[in-house]
Amino acid sequence: MKDLKSAMVMLIIFTVICGCIYPAVVTGFARVLFPDQARGSFITDGRGRDAGSRLIGQPFSDPRYFWPRPSATAGFPYNPMGSGGSNAGPTTPEYLKGVGDRVKSYRESGVTGPIPAELVQASASGLDPHLSPEAVLLQVPRVARARNLSEEMVTKAVAHATEVRQLGFLGEPRVNVLELNLELDGRLKR
Amino acid sequence: MNRYEWLQTLLLFATLLALVRPLGRFMARVFQGEATVLSPLLAPCENLLYRICGVDRDEEMDWRRYARAVVLFNLVLVVSLFAILMLQHLLPLNPQKLPPFSWQLALNTAVSFVTNTNWQAYSGEQEASYFTQMVGLTTHNFVSAATGIAIAIAVIRGFARRRTSLLGNFWVDLTRAILYLLLPISLGAALVLVSQGTIQNLTPYKTVPLLQPVRYDKAKLDGRGVPVTDATGKPVTESVTAQEVTIPLGPVASQEAIKELGTNGGGFFSANSAHPYENPTPLSHMVEILLILLISGSLTCTFGVMVGNPRQGWALLGVMLFLLLVSFAVLQWAETGGNPLVADLGVSGANMEGKELRFSLAGTSLFTVATTGTSCGAVAAMHDSLTPLGGMVPLSLILLGEIVFGGVGSGLYTMLAFAVIAVFVSGLMIGRTPEYLGKKIEATEMWMAIVTVLVAGVVVLVLSASAMITPAAVASMANPGAHGLSEVLYAFASMANNNGSAFAGLNANVTFYNLLGSLAMLLGRYAPAVAMLAMAGSLAGKKYVPPSLGTLPTDKLPFALWLTLVILIVGALTFFPALSLGPIVEQLTMAGGT
Repeated sequence: MKDLKSAMVMLIIFTVICGCIYPAVVTGFARVLFPDQARGSFITDGRGRDAGSRLIGQPFSDPRYFWPRPSATAGFPYNPMGSGGSNAGPTTPEYLKGVGDRVKSYRESGVTGPIPAELVQASASGLDPHLSPEAVLLQVPRVARARNLSEEMVTKAVAHATEVRQLGFLGEPRVNVLELNLELDGRLKR
Repeated sequence: MNRYEWLQTLLLFATLLALVRPLGRFMARVFQGEATVLSPLLAPCENLLYRICGVDRDEEMDWRRYARAVVLFNLVLVVSLFAILMLQHLLPLNPQKLPPFSWQLALNTAVSFVTNTNWQAYSGEQEASYFTQMVGLTTHNFVSAATGIAIAIAVIRGFARRRTSLLGNFWVDLTRAILYLLLPISLGAALVLVSQGTIQNLTPYKTVPLLQPVRYDKAKLDGRGVPVTDATGKPVTESVTAQEVTIPLGPVASQEAIKELGTNGGGFFSANSAHPYENPTPLSHMVEILLILLISGSLTCTFGVMVGNPRQGWALLGVMLFLLLVSFAVLQWAETGGNPLVADLGVSGANMEGKELRFSLAGTSLFTVATTGTSCGAVAAMHDSLTPLGGMVPLSLILLGEIVFGGVGSGLYTMLAFAVIAVFVSGLMIGRTPEYLGKKIEATEMWMAIVTVLVAGVVVLVLSASAMITPAAVASMANPGAHGLSEVLYAFASMANNNGSAFAGLNANVTFYNLLGSLAMLLGRYAPAVAMLAMAGSLAGKKYVPPSLGTLPTDKLPFALWLTLVILIVGALTFFPALSLGPIVEQLTMAGGT
């Protein structure tokens, strides 16, 4: 019985320490040291309006925009309220048909040759904001045509938006699709 | 693998190995009650805490009392967490006005977090309030991890001590694990994660406009919120346009740090560590993998130090590291090869379904083996969408019993059960007395080792088989055929071994999986824990037998190899039939192109 009392009091004390004080201390330090990241890395456009988060991708299907990775979030693509992947098994017929359909829409937009897997296979979070530079460059002719811009100019915007490996060796080079599209619409701060 | 992937893999393991010794020795000092650098700051808090709880720090417990304290404490934890989940709507810090959990889901979730499993049949952003996440789940991440560490320390004392029945004081071990180990490391790690973009706030969810509005079909609801169906009973859909989206926020970093460090694995969001708000950059990804492996790896060193021969610890770490690296190689190879059925459609490159681009393929594979080799169960990729052979790697790592680093504490004590079995079997084969660390291995020790090693296997096979003959359980599978079996097998493997990751296509929030899953998690956690404490109690009472010519040295390479073999044979004998009906059949189907 002595142990039962210890158990209950321990739980209360550790709930206070680990469940209240610890997260509060982290929140406090985070707000002072890294306020932008702690809030969610939101992008403010040139006119001071919210334009989404740098870390949360958005859906695009218009030829004027670069298309991001397929998303299997609940409800509609890139729904931040239902993060998650397709969880499709690699031999499931329905899934393979879906991949085939996506390949077809890239073919119709004028892409020839092999298509990078990330363009037709859904991400794990369904919110992946990035594409590899190769997958973006593949879409340059379409975007340039739809916007009446020279491919050179669009390629330049892509190069500008490309991030290198973190610390020079971590991860892969990548392009933030939402930021690139905002840039093309002239909505990013200069 | 390109050279950058090689470099990041090498650097990860170099960092881990560099940290094992200092942290392992630090833990040995903490749990032997010696002064450490943190003592001037923490010792007064510690003493105050004992006084409030009525704990006498010098009063040691025998194995029965230690086990009773563990079970009692965990029972209190389950009840309190169950209450929080059922009363969520009445509690503060619920800006989204979320309703309470159903009782089956609350029970499953409470058991899941208390047993360090963190199986999640709910979706964090849609169902859990900030109060639930912080006060409920974050707290339990700490105490369940500390419980595991405390048990491991008591088991080590069983091997280290002579002619005594005492294994230490559970309350003291628990408190020290949290104050000296888990809190300081989590605090530092959480801030590193925030610097990378992991969020940490208590503001309500934020609505932002979409640059290109999206049209989608949604189930039509009538005035009372009930889905409308047409004459044939199919739900009616209507086309709607989303102009803006709601982005969920919350105190993520503080939970993320302890979730990895304590090998808990329960994600703040549904997508877990694949979510950009939990794991935003390649660096945060590497830090999280390191946190997952850190304590379990270092405990091998603590073990070596406490039994008086550090080489004994290195031998166990060597076995773990070898199994982890082999698993990584197989997974990386399988995923690099891609999916031939997808390649036929004109697609190039590795299998990217269910993977995030920013982590790189090697980074994703490293996370996957780390999270399933330990009982963490956080995911940075959707295991359900790995290639069949690739998916068999995390499944096998779980089925081996969570010993490849394993859960904090539980990994070490389960590994020690395998070591005891290996010593015993080799003793039989070569006619030497079975001794481990100077203690004779006798009937009691063998019984307890067998219980520890086999209980999860029996639970997995029996429950998976009962799922196969229950129509409601079969209906939960998202993918047909062999892959569906893999999903169910994975679910029970994950719960019985307290991992908590999933082949998430399976809809687990149904009564069958909620209730039988709770049972699997309880058996998988407490049967081995109590058995190992019983073994420790028996060992502690024995006298020390100095090594003679007839003793098998357990700190040398031949024993490490033998131990690896025993682990693989036990695993293969238990699970080969089930694996060959699931992932192996599917791999053959995929390669055959049908």
